[in-house]
Amino acid sequence: MSVETSPKPVTWHDWLLAEAPQSRSQARLTRWYANWLALKRNPLAVSGVIIILALILMAVFASWIAGQSPYAQLLTARLEPPSMEHWFGTDELGRDIFARIIYGSRITLLIIFLVSIVVLPVGILIGTLAGYFGGVFDMFLMRITDIFLAFPRLVMALAFAAALGPGIENAVLAISITAWPPYARLARAETMTIRRSDFILATRMQGASALRIIWSHIVPLCLPSVIVRLTLDMAGIILIAAGLGFLGLGAQPPAPEWGLMVSSGRSYLLDQWWVATIPGIAIFVVSFGFNLLGDGLRDVFDPKGL
Amino acid sequence: MTTTPALPTAGARRSRLPAFFVHLLRLLASLALTFLGLTVVTFCIGRVIPIDPVLAVVGDRALPDVYERVRMELGLDLPLYQQYWNYLVKLLHGDLGTAVLTARPVLEDLMRVFPATLELATVAIVIGVVFGVPMGVVAATSQGRWPDHLIRLTGLVGYSMPVFWLGLVGLLVFYNALDWVGGPGRLDVYYEDIVAPVTGMLLIDSLLSGDTDVFWNAVSHIILPAGILGYLSLAYIARMTRSFMLGQLHQEYILTAQIKGLSRTRVVWRHALVNILVPLITVIALSYGYLLEGAVLTETVFAWPGLGRYITFALFNADMNAVLGGTLVVGIVFIGLNLLSDIAYYLVDPRAR
Repeated sequence: MSVETSPKPVTWHDWLLAEAPQSRSQARLTRWYANWLALKRNPLAVSGVIIILALILMAVFASWIAGQSPYAQLLTARLEPPSMEHWFGTDELGRDIFARIIYGSRITLLIIFLVSIVVLPVGILIGTLAGYFGGVFDMFLMRITDIFLAFPRLVMALAFAAALGPGIENAVLAISITAWPPYARLARAETMTIRRSDFILATRMQGASALRIIWSHIVPLCLPSVIVRLTLDMAGIILIAAGLGFLGLGAQPPAPEWGLMVSSGRSYLLDQWWVATIPGIAIFVVSFGFNLLGDGLRDVFDPKGL
Repeated sequence: MTTTPALPTAGARRSRLPAFFVHLLRLLASLALTFLGLTVVTFCIGRVIPIDPVLAVVGDRALPDVYERVRMELGLDLPLYQQYWNYLVKLLHGDLGTAVLTARPVLEDLMRVFPATLELATVAIVIGVVFGVPMGVVAATSQGRWPDHLIRLTGLVGYSMPVFWLGLVGLLVFYNALDWVGGPGRLDVYYEDIVAPVTGMLLIDSLLSGDTDVFWNAVSHIILPAGILGYLSLAYIARMTRSFMLGQLHQEYILTAQIKGLSRTRVVWRHALVNILVPLITVIALSYGYLLEGAVLTETVFAWPGLGRYITFALFNADMNAVLGGTLVVGIVFIGLNLLSDIAYYLVDPRAR
């Protein structure tokens, strides 16, 4: 592999580690590559990446991997133990638990995706606005953030989910309402450190509006730390979503949501252990994967390590 | 605060007390604001529920004029800010409304169930601190070697554990298969209602009445849920202890102490650890709050008659007064813990002043 335009043949590795990047995109890729190399040295983080990739593959190719529908009932084959035919056994309606676990990955990813696209914009918007304008505006927004930060998350999510009615969308909303404050805090702190820099001043003297400065100069610089934080929080979000599902406030039957599956397997726990325990292992593995990756990312971006 | 009048620094010391009160006042003001925010949120939740509170009172076959009258009696025709004001005034008088399920004031219900949760969370935090702090210290002193990795992994596993699932598996293994611990609930059936409730916490009440049988039975029931909750808080406490300790161990006074000839053990446990106590208090207070939350799911699994089970039970019966009352109580405990840890911070650490 070589890049034709260079005088000497250069490998991708060298190109990505260039001391003096030739273009903006090369500079960006260089930074990503350096971080990836640092991450790659951490075996735990790599296993986290593998788990998350596996989750995504599972969700994308669910219909091929599962082999059967997660909803197909067969009442003559209720509560069958794990066997060659049903790797993880069957549940109280004779549905194949393996297929339900595989399809459940879609719900987990959906929740992660929805929470991210609600929490990131809200957190970043409030944080950058507060940090950029400062003064009374900042005080007002930060007070609100503090108030939400002081709330017990699960109980709040519970109350919201109860008020809005059960369902995935409402569970996502409930989680998001309680999850945005740390991002606002983080984005504000980042904004405060860069708003006085010369390049921002230069942009302002060229006549750029405040919104333009925030959108095209401050937000891109806030994103990395916010995303690292999101990865770290993801495990917690998955656990709260599963907890809401377990309590019956998240996904509704017959959806193959893992928390819900643990809950419905509870009645058969003593005699048919696999119905409740296997979905719980799935929840654990995925949230463990995000924790491993988040932990590794924190080491890369913040070596002091909190 | 002790004052030593003879020393020349006496003036400086005397002025510390008012400063503390100013700090306290500022703290209280910010907490009052947080409390107001909390009530706004619970008020809003109470207003957006799809259940019509008037219908809940009059039933769905009431005549329109009866409906209107009840609506006015409940104050639902007033402007929102006035409704909020009435809500707040009632709250401050300790009136959280009546629980539909028990037909008793919500506050009374909450006072009855809260001790059970407090007992569970307290035993859990003791477990978390007793194991978590030493683990964090060991991890920090062996940074980068296998004890560190092992403790880190233990912590990450704890962070990733769905608590309701761990509870079920715990019951399956330790109660059903091994029979080492008591089952769901706070006591075996034949021990119930023997001990007169004084504090509402069975471990204390049974000791007060000198009934050791009940005490040991209560211990066998609390150990599994408290152990599981304790493990979750241990993960957080150990990680924070580790990072605080690392911050201290790289400082020069540690080197000085070692050069003076103090043993490594003494330097670590008597010098460095003492210096991280302050931030550690905050961490412990925070995880105590998280435990109250974790208790919601744990109590459901273990049929533990506490706050969490009360809230979830009320949830399914659309008993919003009880749900919001419970949410408020957990929120207030959160705020209170923040206040306590702030005060502790201020009192213990001279740099915070």
